[in-house]
Amino acid sequence: MGALTVNTSLLRKILVGFVRDEVTKVGVRKGVLGLSGGIDSALVAYIAAEALGPENVHAYTMPYRTSNPESEAHAKLVADRLGINYQVLEITPMVDAYFAMVPDADNMRRGNKMARERMTVLYDHSAAVGGLVLGTSNKTELLLGYGTLYGDMASALNPIGDIYKSQVWELSEAMGVPREIIDKKPSADLWAGQTDEQDLGFSYRDADELLYRMVDQRMSRDELIAAGFAPQFIDTVQAKVQGSHFKRRLPVIAKVSNRTIDRDFRYARDWGK
Amino acid sequence: MDFTVALAQIKPKLGCLDDNMALIEAAIEKGIVEGAHLIVFPELALTGYFLKDLVPEVAIGLDSPRIERLKLLSRRISIAIGLVEVSADYCFFNTALYLEAGEIRHVHRKVYLPTYGLFDEQRYLARGERFRAFDTRFGRVGMLICEDMWHLSAPYILAMDGATTLICLSSSPSRGISQEEGLGSATAWQKLTSTTAMFLNCRVFYCNRVGYEDGVNFWGGSQAIAPSGEVTARGSLLEEDFVLAAVDEGALRRERIFSPMMRDENLGVTVKELKRIDRERGF
Repeated sequence: MGALTVNTSLLRKILVGFVRDEVTKVGVRKGVLGLSGGIDSALVAYIAAEALGPENVHAYTMPYRTSNPESEAHAKLVADRLGINYQVLEITPMVDAYFAMVPDADNMRRGNKMARERMTVLYDHSAAVGGLVLGTSNKTELLLGYGTLYGDMASALNPIGDIYKSQVWELSEAMGVPREIIDKKPSADLWAGQTDEQDLGFSYRDADELLYRMVDQRMSRDELIAAGFAPQFIDTVQAKVQGSHFKRRLPVIAKVSNRTIDRDFRYARDWGK
Repeated sequence: MDFTVALAQIKPKLGCLDDNMALIEAAIEKGIVEGAHLIVFPELALTGYFLKDLVPEVAIGLDSPRIERLKLLSRRISIAIGLVEVSADYCFFNTALYLEAGEIRHVHRKVYLPTYGLFDEQRYLARGERFRAFDTRFGRVGMLICEDMWHLSAPYILAMDGATTLICLSSSPSRGISQEEGLGSATAWQKLTSTTAMFLNCRVFYCNRVGYEDGVNFWGGSQAIAPSGEVTARGSLLEEDFVLAAVDEGALRRERIFSPMMRDENLGVTVKELKRIDRERGF
């Protein structure tokens, strides 16, 4: 333990600067985000409010009828504390209308549909208010692929995508995210009683310790075992990282020309910014 | 001579030569007003860093009007600045120019182009082939561009070529957040610049940029270091800054008397052993 502990004041400065710089350089002042009531989006709201000013942050809670009411209460708590613009937009009518047509869909399909429904609402509101959609996926989720492609994984920019869940907790403490949000069990809240750690089959703390050594420090499997990680745990996590890699890449393009987008047509996104 | 150096810790815009030229000229004017004799800019100050396929589009020849403009300004203040240079045979270099008294005194083309981790320079740029010290009104100077400084031989060659001042132009990205007070990359650079000054009894002027490009930020922290290794001025972390440092000629003289390592450095031994290694490796 300890490897994941960070200098939170420096981290805060870099992430706040990131949101301010990357939002304003494209010529807008506003940030838009989905506020789920969980810690990741709460932290992004805190970062965005500091970077852009609370008046320039637009947060939306998009509950489905089975969502835990506590989630909405926590989202509202964050919005009230920060003084950001806040609105609740139910996705039940759109989601139910769709599943009336395909009633046999399982929990995963339903969860993914809800995540993508929220994405379309957010992008519509980003156009309405003239702001960029801020991503709220942390590094742990992104590496494990624990997110919906083109759903909660969609954003214009993501301030927390390079920090692990353990570091999200740490920075949230430092930035004053409400205690009840920090302390509660992480949940995608796609169905009643769901928790991330139950879904994944291991704790975020354990996953972070392993991922940090595996990804950041590039320790070999033998070194990881020597460091005390169970071989089966290493293999499970490794398989998740590899199996979800497609979610972290743009769609692959069949190459036929001399300059193919992203292969030999390479420009930074901040080209001319 | 005693003089004042300005380190222009700017935030260039990626691929925007006109905007960056305006930023550069404003910093030069400020340097002149503040009484600086030399102004140092970061690596690729004119173009921004993560250029990728923009390299050929932002490259300029050494006869370009922008360089004529810098030459003119160098009548009032000496200038060290980074840009992308295109040669007559269409090679593109990560280049640092030293301009003084209306002319280009030295062209350094980055020798060590990092192509690992987040870096991809050698894909887009041609490699420089030499380290040469040159004479200026502040004595003999050597220029390095960022990664060059991480190769021990580079500042060594410049110091053996008589440089008593090393200027390092940098675009160093922040990385390595930990529980430490500083960033991993910033701490490493601070150790490197001070140690290099100490080893070679040289002053070091290090200018690093700030700002974000595609989520990567540059940490700034430009600094002037005395030949003793002592930091005499340091720019703020992560924010634009304009660092002015008074440079004391006496400090160089005294350090060279106290720690005459460069006087005692045995070039003959070094060359002989390097030649042997070269021979034994069969190159």
